Amino acid sequence: MTAIRLPQLAAAATVLLGTSIALIFFYAPTDADQGLSQRIFYFHVPIALTAYACFAWGAWKALLYLWKRPEAADLESYVAIHQGVIFGSLTLLTGSLWAKISWGVWWAWSDNQLVLFLVLFLFYSAYFMLRYSVDPGPARANMSAVYALFGVVLIPVSFLAIRLSRSFIHPVVFTSNGPQMTGSQFLVFCVALAGMLTLFATFYQLELAGKRLDADLKELRELLA
Amino acid sequence: MTPSEKYVAAAYLVVFVGMLAYVLIIAAKLQRLQREVADVLHQLRERDRG
Repeated sequence: MTAIRLPQLAAAATVLLGTSIALIFFYAPTDADQGLSQRIFYFHVPIALTAYACFAWGAWKALLYLWKRPEAADLESYVAIHQGVIFGSLTLLTGSLWAKISWGVWWAWSDNQLVLFLVLFLFYSAYFMLRYSVDPGPARANMSAVYALFGVVLIPVSFLAIRLSRSFIHPVVFTSNGPQMTGSQFLVFCVALAGMLTLFATFYQLELAGKRLDADLKELRELLA
Repeated sequence: MTPSEKYVAAAYLVVFVGMLAYVLIIAAKLQRLQREVADVLHQLRERDRG
């Protein structure tokens, strides 16, 4: 199933991301307030939302593991969280670049959204330390699953922080009145978000296939010995 | 290049380099797996002959 889906996913991610790059630089209007630097938004926000999706997917797989005990769910949860950390790193890097050009600083500790995202990122980075400090087996899978589930609480907190915050240094784009952007900007954003989510799905399947192959090979070596 | 252009280019470059690094890591892993599969296959053939 993975072998059939992977090339299709990779092709879809390439087409969507290629289209989004073209739309960002040749179709999306230049923001009247921020100018050219606002174009970072079209990649920064979809990458951040994808990171949330990765962590949520990892937590869902962790819950599934604790609930129904399918062995595959442990590896799936691990791979999703690994992807989340990758997308999280890219969020922090692109966010810092945007902050520097917009606010004049690389980081603002006074901004709840930034700090909470960093807490979420560090929480899931520590997941790997926990996982690799325990020998492989059911105990490690249980501990990893419980840890992954705890972290998911931080996702809505991080997402809502921007709306509950008293400091409005970080722009609020999605409010209860809908997205605060023009139709063309929203279209470009949606294409970029679809591209990032498809990229996550591609990397997720790719890494999972590699890990499964690695495990099968290890088992084969043990049988041969 | 204006400062805005430089930062926008840097942001997109960071994403591109990040993805490229990930693909390179996966490619290296696939090469290792390919070598290991060849090694296991070799061992199986040797066993068959013996």
